[in-house]
Parts: sequence; structure tokens; C-alpha cells
Amino acid sequence: MAKGMREIKRKIKSVQNMRQITKAMEMVAASKLRRVQGLAESARPYAEKMREVIASIAAATTDVTHPMLVSREIRKTGYVIFTSDSGLAGGYNSNLLRKVMEIINGRHTSEDEYAILVLGRKGRDFFQRRQIPVLDAVTELPDSPTFADIKRLAAKAVGYFEDGYYDELYLIYNEFISPMTQRPVEKRLLPLDDVEALDGQKPTEYVYEPSAEEVLNVLLPQYAETLIYSALLEAKASEFGARMTAMGNATRNATEMISKLTLTYNRARQAAITQEITEIVAGANALD
Amino acid sequence: MSKMILEIVTPERKVYEKEVEMVVAKGVEGEVGIMANHIPFVTPLKIAPLRAKHEGGEDVIAVNGGFMEVRKDKVVVLAETAELPEDIDTERARAALERAERRLASKDGNIDIRRAEIALAKAKNRLAVASRKK
Repeated sequence: MAKGMREIKRKIKSVQNMRQITKAMEMVAASKLRRVQGLAESARPYAEKMREVIASIAAATTDVTHPMLVSREIRKTGYVIFTSDSGLAGGYNSNLLRKVMEIINGRHTSEDEYAILVLGRKGRDFFQRRQIPVLDAVTELPDSPTFADIKRLAAKAVGYFEDGYYDELYLIYNEFISPMTQRPVEKRLLPLDDVEALDGQKPTEYVYEPSAEEVLNVLLPQYAETLIYSALLEAKASEFGARMTAMGNATRNATEMISKLTLTYNRARQAAITQEITEIVAGANALD
Repeated sequence: MSKMILEIVTPERKVYEKEVEMVVAKGVEGEVGIMANHIPFVTPLKIAPLRAKHEGGEDVIAVNGGFMEVRKDKVVVLAETAELPEDIDTERARAALERAERRLASKDGNIDIRRAEIALAKAKNRLAVASRKK
């Protein structure tokens, strides 16, 4: 019996260690989540302001069109997919990638019809394994990404659209609903055809220098890049939320396992003692 | 003298918000000075220092690209990056300057000249603003 007891004891120890780690990871994820949420908060005025100016240009001038505002015939579709670098985040990556595969398989018949840009090691490896060509990948983004971290990929994603390499661009990322809930969503980024549909207030009439077209030329790509950045922040927030929840669950499971094992251990201990007493009593009786 | 609010916003944060009397910025068409009650006006900006005059003196901010939106009582600058003199890492800017100059001088067909030029302009801008630090 003693041998079984030692084994149980070792198991309890190892589960306790595991619980310590998952608990620490939960706490780290929670603090990172708070930081990213702060970033997302402070990034909002920038995107809003840009949207306002673009909408007022679009509303005030009817004769100005820009390739990024106009829908064209779709021959190729671009996707930007936001995954994480590390795992241990519950279904964060697998849910998202399942959605991506559903979309791609449902919408396209050949590889020439889509192009993929991916963020995060998990996504990159996923496509590599399946031998799906990836146009560009960015991995090892910091936990609190800055605009500069993603600028290159964002500029590239927008540039391909401008050059006509693909005719629409989607962002696929996990939408942050609450720390407990994230949902994979697909949002169309380009062409930007919904900026005109803004609330009824009268737009300010601006004077543009050098011209409305020129201003749009500068503004629209920047706006699109900004939207990619805010999607990244939201994806990061979701990642930490998912990790926090997953690690919270793991900690709870470990606690449960420890209490079960402790119970088994105590039973085994008691059984051993009882057996010893029985043996002693039997021995004493035999002497009489 | 009538005043207006100047706000400088980057994708990461609000860098500057203050009541000012005059803003001098370098637009793509040339330098513009904005005072309160200007007509609504939008222009992209060059990579250059932006000066804001207020009661206590003058602030200089290194603005990299982006654009400026002017309203009657408010000026908003949206830039990819914007730094106050005290936030600038002079060492880094100087290193970036050297790197960019070396790239441009190397005449290697593989390098992206436009990118190097932008990097050069940014570094020069930062150093110019940092040198005004009191």
C-alpha cells in the first residue's frame, strides 16, 4: 500500500506545481488585457477623427472619387488574419482558423482567387502545414503593439489593393465581447464604401489644400492602416481574454484534482493503518 | 487675442492638447500659419516641426506625416508619430540619420530609396526639434 501512497503524493505535488503556473499565467494575461484595452481606448479618437474628415469630404464633394472608395469587379480577395504567437489560449486560434477555412472553402474554388496575409505564428504555421500560400506574415508582435509594429504589413495590405492585386480586403479576427467571450468575425475593410453613410449632422465644408483628391490620396490609405491597427488591438485583447479564461479554468480543474487526490491519499493512508492494526492484533492473538 | 485648442493625436495616444494662439505647420503646399477663426481647412503635412505659440511661449513638436484639420476654434493634427522635444531619443535619431544617409549614399539598386528618404527626413525632423530643448 505504501507504494501506491507515494505515487499519489507525487501526483498531488505535480498538480500543485501546475496550478501555480496556470494561476500565474492567468494573472499575467489579466494585466496584459488591461493594458491592451487602454491602448485600444486611446487609439479610438484617431480613427474617429479620420473617419469624420473622410466622411465630410465624401459628402461635400460629389465629383471626387477615389479607387479605394469604389467597389470593382471581384477577381481576387485578400484576407488579413489575426492569430496569436503562443498557444494556451483555449479555442482562440482554432476557432478563428476554422472560420477562415470555412470562408475560403465556401467562397473560392481555386488558389488564385484569394491571397492571405497573416499575423501570429499559429496562423502562419497553420497555413504552412496545409500548403496554402501566404503573401506576408508578421510574427512576434509585442503584447502592447504600437502602430509602428504593424505599419509595414498594413501598408502592404493596402498597397496590394491599390495596385489591383486583389479587389477587396477582409480582416478576420476575434472580436472582443468580454474577457469570457470572443467571437471570430470577418469585416470588409476595402473598398471603403460605407464611410458616406454617416449620421445626419451636416458635414463641415472644408477648404482643401492642394485639392480634395490629393487629401483623399493621403488620407484613405492611412485610414485603412489605422483600421488594421485597431483590429490588431482588438485581436490582442481577445487573445488575453481567452488566455485568462483558459488559464482560470485550468486552475480550477487543478484545484479539483488536488482535492480528489488528497481524498484518495487519505483513504489509502487510513486503509494502511487499519491493516497494520489488524496485523498486530492478529499477531498478538496468535501468541496467546 | 482669441485662442483655439490645438490637439495632436497619433494612433497610440493624444500627444498634445493646449490652448494656443497660433499654429505654424508645414503643409504639402508650403508653410501655413493658423490663427483662431480660420475657415475650415484640411491639408496633409510634411515631415517637419510644428510650432504652437501660446501665452507662455512656444512649443515645438516633431510631426511625422499625417494631416491637419482646422476649424474655427480648434486645430487637430493627426500624425503617425508626434513627439515633444523631451520625448525624443536623440541617440536613436542620430543613428537613424546615419543609417539613412549611408543607404542613400550606397547607390545600391536593391534599397528602397523612398523609404530611406523618409527615414532621413524623420531623423532630421527629430534632431531639429530636439535641439530646441531648453
